[in-house]
Amino acid sequence: MTGEVLAFSLFSAMAVGGAGLALFHRSAIHSAFALLASFLGVAGLYLNLGADFLAVTQVLLYAGGILVLYLFGLMLVPPEGEAPRPGRRALALVLAAAPVAIFLIAFLARSSWGDPSRLPEPEGTVRGIGLALLTPDGWLVPFEYASILLLAALVGAVHLARRSAPKDDSP
Amino acid sequence: MRTGGWHGWSQTLADAIKLLTKEDILPSGADPVLFRLAPALVMGSALAMFAVLPFAPGIQFADLDLGIYFLLAIASLTTIGVIMAGWGSNNKWSLYGAMRGAAQAASYEIPLALSLIPPILHFGTFSLLNATEQQSGWGGMGWYVFSDAFWVAIPSFFLFLTASLAENRRAPFDLPESESELVAGFHTEYSGLRFAFFFLEEYAAMFATSAVATAYWLGGWNFPGMTLLAEGSAWLPWLGALAFLLKAMFLVCVMIWVRWTLPRLRIDQVMTLGWKYLTPLALGLMVAAAGWEAWRAMP
Repeated sequence: MTGEVLAFSLFSAMAVGGAGLALFHRSAIHSAFALLASFLGVAGLYLNLGADFLAVTQVLLYAGGILVLYLFGLMLVPPEGEAPRPGRRALALVLAAAPVAIFLIAFLARSSWGDPSRLPEPEGTVRGIGLALLTPDGWLVPFEYASILLLAALVGAVHLARRSAPKDDSP
Repeated sequence: MRTGGWHGWSQTLADAIKLLTKEDILPSGADPVLFRLAPALVMGSALAMFAVLPFAPGIQFADLDLGIYFLLAIASLTTIGVIMAGWGSNNKWSLYGAMRGAAQAASYEIPLALSLIPPILHFGTFSLLNATEQQSGWGGMGWYVFSDAFWVAIPSFFLFLTASLAENRRAPFDLPESESELVAGFHTEYSGLRFAFFFLEEYAAMFATSAVATAYWLGGWNFPGMTLLAEGSAWLPWLGALAFLLKAMFLVCVMIWVRWTLPRLRIDQVMTLGWKYLTPLALGLMVAAAGWEAWRAMP
């Protein structure tokens, strides 16, 4: 049990600390690298909950895919120096976030937590996820809708990124 | 430094000691945190890949249900280490190398992952151990490349090898370090042990990808004649490990051999090969494999 608590504390510290660093660090590249810690921390939390497929997908897609694209994009942008220190805007942000935080804490305080030691041993989740997403009794139709949506987004992105045909500039 | 008598056998040891004892230099303009973190990240992820490799019956660190998927995810972290090294060094050559590394890895991860789908569909598992056990038929020759799906297996095997060359930044895809234009690319500024980590990562990743190709396509530890051994023989793990290592080291040798045979590609040629040839080929193979396996599974 203590191992789980220790792992939870470590991974949540990574996730929250990384996210905080990504938000408040003044250099964009450092913020992107701080996101890596956050992504890995979240993956660790998933693992702690027995969601192994989700954890590995988190690392593969966010850390290995999206973050690499972020970094690549940031390297193409000319350096603008460091962002200015957040001054009074930070206070406004804290004030805006406070009600959400209060609501969440109240919500957490009211929920009842079962005894985690009675949970079954975690087992592989790939088979269950595959059957749930790709069988007609499961979520096949919503899954296919989501893929059509993504395909439409991809086609739209290609259309926007394509070099437009040379226009006739003659008067 | 040159050492070693017969065929220079002690050269590797001498090199290792040399790299361990060399001065560790932190360039004055470098980012101290990222510069130090990058080799650790790269080396750590390369070593984590070995956790799921099935070397022989009973010799595997962890038989994860997600085996190969875990390995792919961990392997993608090395790319971030390369970018971190290139940026943290604060050097134009390093930065160019890192950008090429990012572009190359993002492009070749897709054919690499797709080329694994035919064997995954064939064996119906992500677990490398389970896939190896399913190839023990025909007296140890029931390898995926000799199965009835060989016409998908063989092209996907070569596709996997090509894409993993690019993913491991090996020539002819070694643009991130291309010595002739970028000095040493992303690890120009590194010396001593930190440099050794980048070098070791490259070879560790080569071995890990060769081991994956062995486990999925070339039957893993299964070797012809293994049925002659008694059931539960104490020789089996040893001979199995020997067969596995021989196959994997042969593929490593092929990778080295390719390096000294082919000249380095240009960056646009690398991108063209990845996106216009390998990715469509991988998609086609995936559809062919899915069709074939569905056909076979029909009652």
